[in-house]
Amino acid sequence: MLRFILHKLALIVPTIIGITIASFAFIRLLPGDPILAMAGQHGIKPERYEVLRVQYGFDLPIWEQYFRYVGNILQGDFGVSLSTKRPVLTEFFTLFPATVELALFAMLIAVLLGIPAGIFSAIKRGSWLDQIIMGVALTGYSMPIFWWGLLLIIFFSGYLGWTPVSGRIALQFFFDRVTGFMLIDSLLAGKPDAFVSAIRHLILPSIVLGTIPLAVIARQTRSAMLEVLGEDYVRTAKAKGLSPNRVIGLHAFRNALIPVVTTIGLQIGLLMAGAILTETIFSWPGIGKWMIDSISKRDYVSVQSGLLLIALIVMAVNLIVDVLYAVINPRVRVQ
Amino acid sequence: MKLTRTLLTATALVAVMASGAYAKQLVYCSEASPAHFDPGPTTGGNDFDASSRTVYSRLVEFEHGGTAVKPGLAESWEVSEDGLTYTFKLRPGVKFQTTDYFTPTRDLNADDVIFSFERQWKEDNPFYTYLEGLSWDYFQGMDMPKFLASIEKVDDLTVKMTLTEPNAPMIANLGMDFASIVSKEYADQVLASGNLADFANKPVGTGPFTFVDYQTDAVIRYKAFPDYYAGKVAIDDLIFAITTDPAVRAQKLKAGECDIMSYPAPADLADLQADPNLTVMEQEGLNIGYLSYNTTIAPMDNVKVRKALTMAINKPAIIEAVYQGAGQDAKNLIPPTMWSYNDAIPADTYDPEGAKKLLEEAGVSNITLDLWAMPVSRPYNPNAQRVAELIQADWAAIGVTANIVTDEWTTYRERGKQPDRPGAFQIGWTGDNGDPDNFFATLFSCSAIGVSNYSSWCNEDFEKAIQDAKKVSDPAERTALYTKAQEIFKAEEPAMTLAHSKVFMPMNKKVIGYTMDPLGIHRFDNVDVAE
Repeated sequence: MLRFILHKLALIVPTIIGITIASFAFIRLLPGDPILAMAGQHGIKPERYEVLRVQYGFDLPIWEQYFRYVGNILQGDFGVSLSTKRPVLTEFFTLFPATVELALFAMLIAVLLGIPAGIFSAIKRGSWLDQIIMGVALTGYSMPIFWWGLLLIIFFSGYLGWTPVSGRIALQFFFDRVTGFMLIDSLLAGKPDAFVSAIRHLILPSIVLGTIPLAVIARQTRSAMLEVLGEDYVRTAKAKGLSPNRVIGLHAFRNALIPVVTTIGLQIGLLMAGAILTETIFSWPGIGKWMIDSISKRDYVSVQSGLLLIALIVMAVNLIVDVLYAVINPRVRVQ
Repeated sequence: MKLTRTLLTATALVAVMASGAYAKQLVYCSEASPAHFDPGPTTGGNDFDASSRTVYSRLVEFEHGGTAVKPGLAESWEVSEDGLTYTFKLRPGVKFQTTDYFTPTRDLNADDVIFSFERQWKEDNPFYTYLEGLSWDYFQGMDMPKFLASIEKVDDLTVKMTLTEPNAPMIANLGMDFASIVSKEYADQVLASGNLADFANKPVGTGPFTFVDYQTDAVIRYKAFPDYYAGKVAIDDLIFAITTDPAVRAQKLKAGECDIMSYPAPADLADLQADPNLTVMEQEGLNIGYLSYNTTIAPMDNVKVRKALTMAINKPAIIEAVYQGAGQDAKNLIPPTMWSYNDAIPADTYDPEGAKKLLEEAGVSNITLDLWAMPVSRPYNPNAQRVAELIQADWAAIGVTANIVTDEWTTYRERGKQPDRPGAFQIGWTGDNGDPDNFFATLFSCSAIGVSNYSSWCNEDFEKAIQDAKKVSDPAERTALYTKAQEIFKAEEPAMTLAHSKVFMPMNKKVIGYTMDPLGIHRFDNVDVAE
């Protein structure tokens, strides 16, 4: 097992190097001068321009800039935001819990609805129900997040008034943030009504963010189930006279779960991409919205380090999924 | 004794309950998170709304809804005969806010005023570089280091500011956000604690609201400052609900999750206007979108050609198509909300035949020129590409061939300001301080050639008028000079003034007393909320 993990870690190193190069190249490949881009309508005086060029190291040869950048990162220095002047790492981890809370909820919705939908579709293969479920899944997969989010807001919040429009919690609740997770903090503050408000605020953004993973999981579950249902051991189980529930639940589903778990793991990267749009629509104070704000403020340091941090987190999660997968399925380790 | 205590407790309880029941709260759906709460180094309107216009005040203030300057922390000021010395009498008894991180021990005095400017000016001031990568963009941008000779304390309540040359717009500069007065005593406390960033993240000022809390990217909370020098404001709690997307802001306003919102999307305006619970206020913004002709390169060095080009453009059609009801035909460089606006100037007329005649008179034909289109949307010009296409078609009708040119935004501006740049260049400006000098001198003075005078236009009479207007402090005299400057501008046509964009402010009908500000700032110190 240790060898397996070490092997996986060794594979990650070149990826990390690739990401540092990509995030570093990002601001240098964009058209326009980053310092001029930061200046407002008054422009910037030549003396000041020179000072900033030296300060941000743009006067150094490109390879030296890169090694300085990597050197700083290795020391845990991800730079200081050009806009807020706070360390990027602090900003990132202040906002990160909000994204995690939203992503977990979105994943919960995707798994709880996607897996049963997939199983059901597989069992009723070819029926009109199967057609409808797969049709809806395909629609969900193709849905532009921005449009979908606005549509839900206009209907459920605007027209029906069932859910709040945006934000993480109703404005009247104001308590200390201990963990950054609103659901936990509201309970720690002993405010059950705040907890309810936080749940209500999670509903629409989680649905929006969870829609694409839900569709992917439902389709993956269906095809995995179909494959397994055709296996000999399932036929044997049926022939033994086991009840359909036992055949599907015990024999088919457990084996079909392996590719589904991989799919769920792979959705993490997708969730991060979706979070950027979802958080922007719902004014959700997480890292997705923060990235968009940083781009619009031309805060290159935040964008550069934010990209790297998100990539590192996605890789870490994927590594954990790989390890878990190896735990569930020993064949993977041997291979 | 016991009875008295019970009665007292009951009274206190009732008082608390009553205050709770009647606490007036205003929720403002703002468009972006502030960088931080120090208005000195920040530059965004959303930064200023959250800091300078809530927590801080200045020596002078702009009147509500206008650009005229009135006394603020300075109750009066005198300008010396030569225009070089400004003596400010500070208002006595002005309190700084008490928060859970700072308790002031003294009232505002001259030390605070001097510190507020020196921290942006003197490199040896410990706050000059108190945040990493700090720059004082407005202090520099308004040329304060060039104009300021010294700021001295005469006594606790008198400050003397000496200039290097007469500069009448200085008073308007002092009403700008960067000139907000901070507490020297608080700065000393922060310096002693070693945690300098607190100065930007936990603000203390003399303004109408006390800062309470900021939840990053989500909510900013303020409460009314009871000892505000102009009297406690009508609302008790002010909350900024940061909502980036304009369509979502509109939905929040309609759902009652906020009471007032900034910058609605043009597409949502009709819906908001139709809502019986809402009011939508509107006003021309303090901005101008224009088309700069390079007056040094043939054939545009000929005023008749410039006039003909403007005459051939169907401005109302462009404003209709591009600004979608949120634009106003600009006949002058400055918008009508600004003092000294010359309303006697006739609007440009659309006259292709007249334009052809003018070109004949000028003796030029077969004109081909570059027509520049900004790659970005700006309030003063939401779609420069579309404007360029419409102008191209209009010019084609009088035999002028225009090649549309664009570039990445920073490169666009860099290339545009080169004195030898050929062609007609779309650009615009948003006013900083409501002073006409901020438009005329910044955009069309001779010294701005190569910087922000995209027409490379240097006209002796115009230059004399705007420079003289800088030297005199009498508003009537200044108005007369700017009125004349606008006449020269129109006669010489160094640029085609296209439009001033309109700004809209939708709010719930229960919001009382809100005034729109031509400077684009959002102020809540005069707002009340109906029960």
